[in-house]
Amino acid sequence: MYWASSCGGCDIAVLNVHEMLLEVDRQFDIVFWPAAMDAKYADVRSMADGSIDVCLFSGGIRNEENAEMARLLRAKSKVLVAFGSCACEGCIPGLANLGTVDELFDAVYEGPGVDNPQHLVPQPEWRIADGATGTGVLRLPVFSPMLTTLDQTVAVDYFMPGCPPESARVAEVLKLVIGAMGGTETLPPVGSVIGAGTSTCCDECARDRNLKKIDRFVRITDLAEVDPRLCLLEQGLPCNGPATRDGCGALCPAAGAPCIGCYGPADGVVDYGARLMSAFASVVNATEPEEIERILDGIPDPVGQFYRFSLAKSLLRGGRNA
Amino acid sequence: MTFEPLLIGFTCNWCSYRAADLAGTARIKYPPNVRLVRLMCAGRLDPTFVLKAFAGGADGVVVTGCWPGDCHYREQNFKGLRRFLLLRRTITALGIEPQRLQLVWASAAEGERFASEMGRITEEVRALGPLAWHAGSAAAPTAEGETRAAAPIEPVGVTA
Repeated sequence: MYWASSCGGCDIAVLNVHEMLLEVDRQFDIVFWPAAMDAKYADVRSMADGSIDVCLFSGGIRNEENAEMARLLRAKSKVLVAFGSCACEGCIPGLANLGTVDELFDAVYEGPGVDNPQHLVPQPEWRIADGATGTGVLRLPVFSPMLTTLDQTVAVDYFMPGCPPESARVAEVLKLVIGAMGGTETLPPVGSVIGAGTSTCCDECARDRNLKKIDRFVRITDLAEVDPRLCLLEQGLPCNGPATRDGCGALCPAAGAPCIGCYGPADGVVDYGARLMSAFASVVNATEPEEIERILDGIPDPVGQFYRFSLAKSLLRGGRNA
Repeated sequence: MTFEPLLIGFTCNWCSYRAADLAGTARIKYPPNVRLVRLMCAGRLDPTFVLKAFAGGADGVVVTGCWPGDCHYREQNFKGLRRFLLLRRTITALGIEPQRLQLVWASAAEGERFASEMGRITEEVRALGPLAWHAGSAAAPTAEGETRAAAPIEPVGVTA
């Protein structure tokens, strides 16, 4: 298991399978997992190609180091799984595709709340002439112009969505892989989404749904109370369920919070945001442009609403196949 | 070389496509920059079509439909209108000028209007210049049109 440009939550999701981990340990020799054990890149390089049975790769490809590890683990692994939203569709780090690298560095190293009087910014290469420990060149991985997803960088066998994938789904997938290795189960066709459904979050949601007519979009804090049984979208909360793949069990709507779309697009969706825009615009209850605009003002940040997890996979701001 | 904008027009079968037909049979001239794609209704407009057109190299997109109240499917053109308004907000936030996406109502009798509107929009997009959303760049241009990294690219997910 490897983490590229990600937060590490996916590693925690794997650890959260609890006792199942003992079974995993019995079936597998865990050779490389930076979040959980000590191993060096050199160890991976020294392995024979195809000697890793399964690699769960979390994180997007943000810099040359991420890309190098993606290529390396692809070569060493029989089965490469894009594990979690970052590897599948860029996730939150993918939102950086809205701006340039310069803008990103400005925000991070010169932005509000940053104390950087010497204006230090990471340099990919730094020459040391007379250092106390000698001379030489220090190198950092070069930052890519855009964040790309794992499958935009190398060939991927399976996609496991979620931010992070639900641990119950992780356990199912591990069980499937163990079964497949023992010959009692067969893996789905290459390219499949695993550990999730094929429909939408709405299908798993227990809330009551009626014909939708939305007169306003509101934030959850604008509501005096959230009806515990009625569809959240019908209450004016921009809920991403209609475009989002099922698999999580509709946890957020069950807790009274709108779906934010972490399980990515449902089957057959080319562009997640487009599907969601289509769904939202269809249920706006107005025919006059001024009135429609007033209702749409309730979604002040359309990119954040429609592409929170999928910008790096979107038609307009996606990373590109290498 | 002078810049010729490429526009994709999504027209509804019952009014605006007939208007385009009428413009043709009446020999009304309008710029050949607009490529029409006939839909059954403006309400059939999937936002994916528009995004795909921009990602695939269009400099502008025109959506046309029946006048409000005249829709063959009663009120589906309003659905098209709402998608258009929401899409325009989103593409603006993604760095595309809103004038590159326009909506025109035209009845089957309005060949003249259809032609003049296509002419107007073509000139508006021409004035904006090429969008070149992914022309030879790994990075899409920002709103100001900079940041082009060199790397041949294929549009993601645009294969049929």
